[in-house]
Amino acid sequence: MSTYTSATDADRRAMLDAIGVDSIEALFADIPAALRLDRGLDLPAGLSEQEVYAHLRALAARNVSTEDEISFLGAGMYDAYVPALIDSIILRSEFLTPYTPYQPEISQGGLQVMFEYQTAISELTGLPVSNASVYEGPSAVGAAGYLAKLTNGRPRVLASRGVHPHSRETLTTLSHGYGQTVEEIPLKDGVTDIEALKSALADDVSAVVLQQPNFLGSVEDVAALTAAAKEHGALVICACDPVPLGILQPPGEQGVDIAVGEGQTLGNRLDFGGPSFGFFAAAQEHIRRMPGRIAGETTDVDGRRGFVLTLQTREQHIRREKATSNICTAQALNALAGVIYLSWLGRDGLVELGELLVQRTAYARERLAQIDGVELLHEAPVVREFAVALDAPVGAVVERLVSEGINPGYMLATDYPEYENGLLIAITEQRSRAQIDRLAEALERALVAERAATVGAGAGAQA
Amino acid sequence: MADASYPEDLLYHAEHDWAKIDGDVATFGVTWFAQDSLGDVVFFDPPAVGAQVTAGEGYAEVESVKAVSDVIAPLSGEIVEVNEALKDTPEQINDDPYGEGWMVKVKLSDPSQTETLLSQADYTAQLG
Amino acid sequence: MSATVPTQPVEGLPMQRDEIKTIYERSVEGRRAFAAPPLDVPVKPLDELIPAALRRSTPAQLPQVSEPEIVRHYNRLSKRNFDLDTGFYPLGSCTMKHNPKLHERVAGLPGNARLHPLQDPARAQGALELMHGLQESLGEIAGMPHVSLQPSAGSHGELAGLLLTRAYHEDRGEQRTKVLTPDTAHGTNPATVTMAGYEVVKVGTNADGGVDVDDLRAKADDSVACLMLTNPNTLGVFDPQIEEIARIVHGVGATLYYDGANLNAIMGITRPGDMGFDIVHFNLHKSFTQPHGGGGPGAGPIAVSDRIAPYLPRPQVVKREDGTFDLEHDIPKSIGKLRGFQGNYGVFVRSYAYIRSLGAEGLREASEIAVLNANYLLALLRRAGVAEYLPAAFDRLCMHEFVLSGAPMKRDLGIRTLDLAKRLLDHGVHPPTVYFPLLVDEALLLEPTETETKETLDHFADVIAEILAEAKADPEIARNAPYTTPVRRLDEAGAAKKPVIRQPL
Repeated sequence: MSTYTSATDADRRAMLDAIGVDSIEALFADIPAALRLDRGLDLPAGLSEQEVYAHLRALAARNVSTEDEISFLGAGMYDAYVPALIDSIILRSEFLTPYTPYQPEISQGGLQVMFEYQTAISELTGLPVSNASVYEGPSAVGAAGYLAKLTNGRPRVLASRGVHPHSRETLTTLSHGYGQTVEEIPLKDGVTDIEALKSALADDVSAVVLQQPNFLGSVEDVAALTAAAKEHGALVICACDPVPLGILQPPGEQGVDIAVGEGQTLGNRLDFGGPSFGFFAAAQEHIRRMPGRIAGETTDVDGRRGFVLTLQTREQHIRREKATSNICTAQALNALAGVIYLSWLGRDGLVELGELLVQRTAYARERLAQIDGVELLHEAPVVREFAVALDAPVGAVVERLVSEGINPGYMLATDYPEYENGLLIAITEQRSRAQIDRLAEALERALVAERAATVGAGAGAQA
Repeated sequence: MADASYPEDLLYHAEHDWAKIDGDVATFGVTWFAQDSLGDVVFFDPPAVGAQVTAGEGYAEVESVKAVSDVIAPLSGEIVEVNEALKDTPEQINDDPYGEGWMVKVKLSDPSQTETLLSQADYTAQLG
Repeated sequence: MSATVPTQPVEGLPMQRDEIKTIYERSVEGRRAFAAPPLDVPVKPLDELIPAALRRSTPAQLPQVSEPEIVRHYNRLSKRNFDLDTGFYPLGSCTMKHNPKLHERVAGLPGNARLHPLQDPARAQGALELMHGLQESLGEIAGMPHVSLQPSAGSHGELAGLLLTRAYHEDRGEQRTKVLTPDTAHGTNPATVTMAGYEVVKVGTNADGGVDVDDLRAKADDSVACLMLTNPNTLGVFDPQIEEIARIVHGVGATLYYDGANLNAIMGITRPGDMGFDIVHFNLHKSFTQPHGGGGPGAGPIAVSDRIAPYLPRPQVVKREDGTFDLEHDIPKSIGKLRGFQGNYGVFVRSYAYIRSLGAEGLREASEIAVLNANYLLALLRRAGVAEYLPAAFDRLCMHEFVLSGAPMKRDLGIRTLDLAKRLLDHGVHPPTVYFPLLVDEALLLEPTETETKETLDHFADVIAEILAEAKADPEIARNAPYTTPVRRLDEAGAAKKPVIRQPL
């Protein structure tokens, strides 16, 4: 059993003497006897460090990770390469183990990192005001909805069906508390139906929520959608995939008021869904309604350059029930990984990576579309992800591919019943042409086999 | 920061606000005590011209680095002017609370309310 | 000791000589770290793939730097941080206990680190078993059987708790409007109440630091949805009236919420569920050793009583009858999702490893030593030369943390709590939480945690005594401290007046 404590019997006696009580038990005298747990916790006995390692190693071995198969899973998190220098920096205790920087004189490293991070997010999004991170992508969409509510108090929010299902559901969950209702704007030809948006818009719409690229991988014409929203004074919230922002028009140039997103692909590992970070950037007029920590530059009494947490009167510890958010602990370490990653890519690397994704994704899309039984779900431009429909039960096809060591992607019907045999396929810089070819060949074989099996079993067999 | 002072020609509200009466228009601000308690003022969020204010209720917020305070209206009426200069130089609230640090001018709806306010002597007595 | 701690500005410390440059200011045209993998597919003109109108016209101005420059830049920045692995960090209500090093190793195993959140549950059995095991453990520690790991931090758990409360009342056809919070509450409590669409009503504190039960009784009626409480509270006091409080709250049909920020005092000793609470959140980055990362990541799982269970967020990790683990999405009365995917799994790995390392006895011992260390430090600070300037806010035993008031110090020595905190920096100690709780004038909130040695506590008490003695002779020393840090006191007012929150490029 590891306890990580160091109080010896002699220490305990000396400390109890100093306190003036005769037992540790006496220190808990305020807890009524009836509330004391009169037994040990029903938990397994403690283990030595090497036993814990062996146990966790065995558990991890029962997971099939992206190291164990060729994975085309995306749908919000991507098997992006995490460069080694990130581990070497974020495992430094000076970044790993401090609390939130409440004492700026001894937290200049962390505060400067926040300032550098805010600068990078501002550059990516084309919006001047970034905070120092929020939890992750979908809850960032929820936080943006709350900012819209604080800004105009209107009751309705319109969310494109192209917004990640987790983001839409999170927004719905949170807005039920603060009293907004979320309505969905349908997709048409793979992108948000602008006519449907226009007919849903009215002067009681607080915000319009978009995603770029959207859940089906399509690049949306955000500027056109934004213009429609602005005619009714609604705020526009856009959830962005940050890597494609290296080549796509930044939301700030498209009239978007609040750009948020999932930061995982910026130097953070998959971790079965977290921790990663969410980014949150907005137009200047919202600076005093931003959620979360913001670092600012200043000078010390001797005139040296330094950084502090600033605009703190927005926050819960000062404004309490009138705060712009309740967020306290966010994702500082993950945001650090994000800014290291963006520095590692650099100005040109971000563009090269974006173009690589576009080219490989275009290749994969074209390659798969040539297969008998595969149809593109839409023809809209894509960056790193695209959607197809199969003419066989998608679940059974996926099983066949998985048995060959290929995870072909996300089954869309889970969230979009209208795409019954839809498959969402993600390409990262770790998926080579050879792997894409293997996917295409295996998919073709699986479709043939599945058709044969279906004919053999009679029509209407289900996955 | 200026030394403590409480001009005799002003009327005071117990929540550390002052009013200077000029016919049916009054100028409002906060007292030396209020700005001293707040510390360095970094932001003043003024109301809009035309807004109604009610005696005893908040009409604006002032922020220091680590505090936010409602500014209480000593008298009721309609705002006819706000001190736009405070947007860029909120420190005037510290440096010159009765002069350049004024906050709003209000057309009074009930000038007889001035009878409810404190004189300089009564206000400073309550500060102890 | 005084001889080694400077009492006036020191020029030319290595950290001060280091010119402060941002990564953008280190950028040189043409430098790079990234080498793209080969463009191994037939290349098409970009205009054919994405119309120019949808593309960016100028690149984002990220820095142009080489790998060695990046590493050196951030390593140098790291040396401008104080951290838990370097020194004592008695930050009250933050539970800055040791972060076991094994945890980074197991969290980094590829089966964890490179596991996609949408992997078929059948092929993520290890992760789901781990999450299920953590749920069961947390449920046992809380004394409430139903757990959701989803919330990302304590404040996110609070929001989950109030949305669950809302769902519970609405399901019974009730529209309640108020949430009670003690006036000692952490700021996240009232902020969460507003976000959940409720009105905050404050409940007073009695002379012993507990809830003013008469005030509670007067304010508890059928418009109240919930009372948010932490026990021990933010004053470090266990409120022995908790059973009576629970009776009053349940008597008007409201729920009782437990802010688990202070759980480190009571693991294996008493349980929120047994005290009558309906909902509790855990801060895995406090009691359960997730490194704080300079402001996250954390995780804020919740445990709830039977009557709240039907509304838990989805998906839930469940164990099927055949012994396999799965994600259950079909929860008809669920409040829905609070974030993407299943939560901060990487944090769960570390906290699960911690619970397996300590086991039942180890967790109880951790709480016992946490309380022993806090009381010992409090006893040390009752010495002459300290107690007259920094008296305990409540003169009694404490739990895992305690509050001192700096009001006599300010009055008699002319230095404020802030000055004491800044002077501590010169002694290589992280200051306690200052100016919280709001109820105590010039407050200091100290939480030493169980992983500190007796010698560290002895040294800290000596340092406090020394600073006070120094202030008696010359208060200017503390008023102008610190002297040995990379920067000295910073102009926070200037930063807030004209915010510079990104680098102009």
